[in-house]
Amino acid sequence: MSDLNTQRRQFLKTSLGAAAVAIAPGMLLFDTAHGKAEAGSSKVRWGMLIDTAQCQDGCNDCVTACNKENGLSGGTSATDSQWIRKIDLKDIRSGRALSLPMMCQHCEEPPCVDVCPTAASFKRADGIVLVDRHRCIGCRYCMMACPYKARSFVHEPLQDQKPDVPRGKGTVESCTLCVHRLDKGQQTTACAEACKNKAILFGNLNDENSEIAQKIRSVASVQVRADLQLNPGIRYQGL
Amino acid sequence: MKLLASLLLCLFVSVAWAAEGDTPKLDIGKGGQCVRDPQWMRKNHMHLLVHQRDETVRKGNRIEQDGLKNCVECHASLSDNSVIARDDSFCVGCHRYAAVKIDCFECHASKRRTALVMKDGK
Repeated sequence: MSDLNTQRRQFLKTSLGAAAVAIAPGMLLFDTAHGKAEAGSSKVRWGMLIDTAQCQDGCNDCVTACNKENGLSGGTSATDSQWIRKIDLKDIRSGRALSLPMMCQHCEEPPCVDVCPTAASFKRADGIVLVDRHRCIGCRYCMMACPYKARSFVHEPLQDQKPDVPRGKGTVESCTLCVHRLDKGQQTTACAEACKNKAILFGNLNDENSEIAQKIRSVASVQVRADLQLNPGIRYQGL
Repeated sequence: MKLLASLLLCLFVSVAWAAEGDTPKLDIGKGGQCVRDPQWMRKNHMHLLVHQRDETVRKGNRIEQDGLKNCVECHASLSDNSVIARDDSFCVGCHRYAAVKIDCFECHASKRRTALVMKDGK
């Protein structure tokens, strides 16, 4: 009887081993073939540090670059899409004036995602907040929920969209942090690239050695409406 | 026996004639096969596209080959660079025949990327 048991045990062990040997390379190949993308990895958190001291009053280069990259019309009326806008601030008492770009702040706890009834608004693993236009029904709850007024609604039919940036009537859209560039392995956005004064620093907040993480450690920066505790990925220096 | 044979012959000829006459004639652009064989693609391209769109949008996992951009790149007409511009354009031809509304191109570019890049450069 005990001999039978030993044999049985031996058989089970051998077959388990054989199964492991047979399956393991397949699993490895599966991972390789399906390219466990660096793109959507939660090891990365994309963010920006905007130095308001370097941002020039009257300069619109980041906005123009964004419009060109994403095929936006460039209009500024209430029904035009604006993914990034320039804002001028002035403290009435001291007279200190500031100019800064404002766009989707890519919150860690995005209110737009909370309110979306169809789960079209979502946050990618790497912290980018996007609209899945295939699911968006155009209800615009997210636009109401966003404390930064960062989102736009497409009111008119569009033609000649960029192949990398599909956009269409009846859906909400906002800054994508140039996600089509990042997925291709590029490390910069159109606005950061276009800024002459290097006021926009783009990078991976989770990587200790990245330029942006080092700078955030060394200089004082704030998040807009930090009191809401949304932990935006965009930070402002000198605000 | 002869009667049966002639009946069958009539049937086959009419079926073949109908098939020949009705199927849409498409402008397949550059054409060629890069994903799967044409018959499989005719039946299943929508499943590939839906799968790939979710991978791309949600996970950022862009597999160029299965994406819509890649379809358009090869199958856009060589004369107008579009997959929807005319009645015999690659997408429109079949979709009209099958009476299936196609709304991909309300948002996505229907023109070949290389053509758009040239237009931008000008």
